[in-house]
Amino acid sequence: MRRDIFQAIADPTRRAIIALIALQAMTPNAIAENFNTTRQAVSKHLRILTECELVKQQHQGREIYYSLEINKMKEIDKWLEQYRKIWETRFNQLDNFLATIKKNKK
Amino acid sequence: MNNNLLFTFKIDKSTSSVFIDKEFDAELSLVWDAFTKQEILDQWWAPKPLISKTKYMDFRVGGRRFYAMVSPDGAEIGWQIFNYTSITPKSNFKYISVFADKDETPHLPGANWDLTFDAQNGITKVSISIYFESLEELEKMIGMGFEGGFTVTLNELTSLLKTLKN
Repeated sequence: MRRDIFQAIADPTRRAIIALIALQAMTPNAIAENFNTTRQAVSKHLRILTECELVKQQHQGREIYYSLEINKMKEIDKWLEQYRKIWETRFNQLDNFLATIKKNKK
Repeated sequence: MNNNLLFTFKIDKSTSSVFIDKEFDAELSLVWDAFTKQEILDQWWAPKPLISKTKYMDFRVGGRRFYAMVSPDGAEIGWQIFNYTSITPKSNFKYISVFADKDETPHLPGANWDLTFDAQNGITKVSISIYFESLEELEKMIGMGFEGGFTVTLNELTSLLKTLKN
């Protein structure tokens, strides 16, 4: 199955988890306390986030702490920036077209 | 791009929406035509080096545009359908865009587009809102624009514009 950052942030619960652990590393139990859902459901979201490399795990004693991979989050912005470039190109083409029409009318 | 003309681009990740404002140095009716007539649309809609090829376009509520992006070697990269849902002439139109195959079979979900036109002192502003089902849908759209080696940098664009002016 395809795993990437867009899949990671496609789900509202996962986005909420990202917002939570952006502030501090947390254990799955502490994360689950913030949601009206089962511990299993939260674990599944954490697994997807881990597979997408958006979160990393750190073992401290018997506990596992999850924290956010900030650099991975920045990749999303880079990718989205490309959409802006597509529009920039498109609009350049339209600007040129409109300028040509104007010139021909004169 | 004319630097005096407005161009803003915003993405709201939490709602998978894109908001674009762009001013054009042209009268409203011409800009409206550029977005709603296939012979003009095909001249600018595809980011170079891709070419937009409209198979047919029926610009009325309930009508549709069916078109492909074509790469320089002639390959049809992706088909899309625009289903027009609302038209207020020279002011606003809305459509749902969906990916499709060459036989016009749609691949749901689609994205909701809303375009508003507004003119002042010979400058026409177009405001575009695009609502995607998810960011993955937006990613697909970006992917389609980028296949076929679309890597135009701003520098290349600047020199291209200079050439065209001379």
